[in-house]
Amino acid sequence: MQGNFSLHHDVFSRLGIDSIPIKVQSDLDLIDGLVIPGGESTTMSLLINTFRLREPIINFGKDHPVMGTCAGLILMAKEVQDKRVQSFGFLDISVERNAYGRQIKSSTEKVLYHFGLNKKVELKTTLIRAPKISNVGEGIHILGEFDGSPVAVLSGHYLGLSFHPELNNIDIFHQVLFDPNCEYYYKNLKQTYAA
Amino acid sequence: MNNGTFEVKVGLAEMLKGGVIMDVTNADQAKIAEDAGACAVMALERIPADIRRDGGISRMSAPEMILGIQAQVSIPVMAKCRIGHFAEAQVLETLEIDFIDESEVLTPADEHNHIWKHNFKAPFVCGCRNLGEALRRISEGAAMIRTKGEAGSGNIVEAVRHMRTVMTEIKRVTCLEQDQLVAEAKNLGAPLSLVQQVANLGKLPVPNFAAGGIATPADASLMMQLGAESVFVGSGIFKSDDPAARAKAVVEATTHYQDAKRVAAASSGLKNAMKGLDMSEIPPEERLQERGW
Repeated sequence: MQGNFSLHHDVFSRLGIDSIPIKVQSDLDLIDGLVIPGGESTTMSLLINTFRLREPIINFGKDHPVMGTCAGLILMAKEVQDKRVQSFGFLDISVERNAYGRQIKSSTEKVLYHFGLNKKVELKTTLIRAPKISNVGEGIHILGEFDGSPVAVLSGHYLGLSFHPELNNIDIFHQVLFDPNCEYYYKNLKQTYAA
Repeated sequence: MNNGTFEVKVGLAEMLKGGVIMDVTNADQAKIAEDAGACAVMALERIPADIRRDGGISRMSAPEMILGIQAQVSIPVMAKCRIGHFAEAQVLETLEIDFIDESEVLTPADEHNHIWKHNFKAPFVCGCRNLGEALRRISEGAAMIRTKGEAGSGNIVEAVRHMRTVMTEIKRVTCLEQDQLVAEAKNLGAPLSLVQQVANLGKLPVPNFAAGGIATPADASLMMQLGAESVFVGSGIFKSDDPAARAKAVVEATTHYQDAKRVAAASSGLKNAMKGLDMSEIPPEERLQERGW
């Protein structure tokens, strides 16, 4: 649709995973997982409706991993405080659009992330007119927090980020969702969290 | 907290890829643009076609107009300042504008110098006609480049010329040896370090958008296929007979620019596009693209 596809393709090519842009329903038959990139959530929401992708994406998400960054996180949320955006409801969270302010407030921070019980790592976290996760429901694992709000949440095969790892060449979040050989792959983490 | 860095500025430009940025002159037009799927709006007091028609000095928009548009829409709001007019840019930054366009569409304030854009926390976009001009603007701190085209003409020919020129010059640079890049930097009038960066990347180090004369869905598709990563539409929407439908059609054609059937569907049922001007009708001294260097 609209947004920063290209840097996500760069991440996947570093991980040796094939990726394609998804623009029509039949594209979904070709993939095993979906990234909803950053961009403008109003624009993306409109285009998803115009090209009748809403139901196909909701169905795809039932049994495939879906990751959302920034605008993508907004589209994954159950509740969005802006009626201009219709979201998919994959993640039981509430989000506020542009809650960190306009572009002039956009920034790069350092945030400590937890992947399972043993892995802690501090990573650059670039927030661009970012959404804020204001509430989380049951079964949501918070991987990292900034300024008192979660910026990375995992729930089953859904991963939502309010920031942009792809802008800082950070690959670990894509690995969590899409790289079964990775120690922090979500299915491996699930056992850790369950334990 | 590390805000206003070049990385963060380019970050927003990245998010605007694959979209349409529309010129608007009031909050009602901004609403039409957002509802049609614009990924950002450009607030300006008169659209380029009217600036061309009315003449006179064209300046930064009034703050209350910008604030009205910011209150109306949730997408990023851009605004133009005059070339070299860093005080206008300071005012726009204070208004928390999301992107500043140092634009040849407004009357230049400085015929020798562009703004030193690294001094600002707000990101800038600037126009270019060729690679040298693009890299000079990036060296001054521009986080996004667009073709100049010929604003307000409704004529795509200049935007095509500028995009073709930039893409051809980028390809040329990628084939040159290190020693040749020094001579190339001299010929382009651009810093060697940026010429080397383009040679390595095979593209500009910041997003490269199209502007200046886009009036139809097919114009948008053409510019995307020539290598643009997004399009700006100025007069083309609100000078047409059906702005809301045309705005939506241009957004759809930009998304599916490689799918001619969808571009055809988007082009169907629209009323008249803006009338437009042949380049022979615009005397060289009145061409907006000649402003800046």
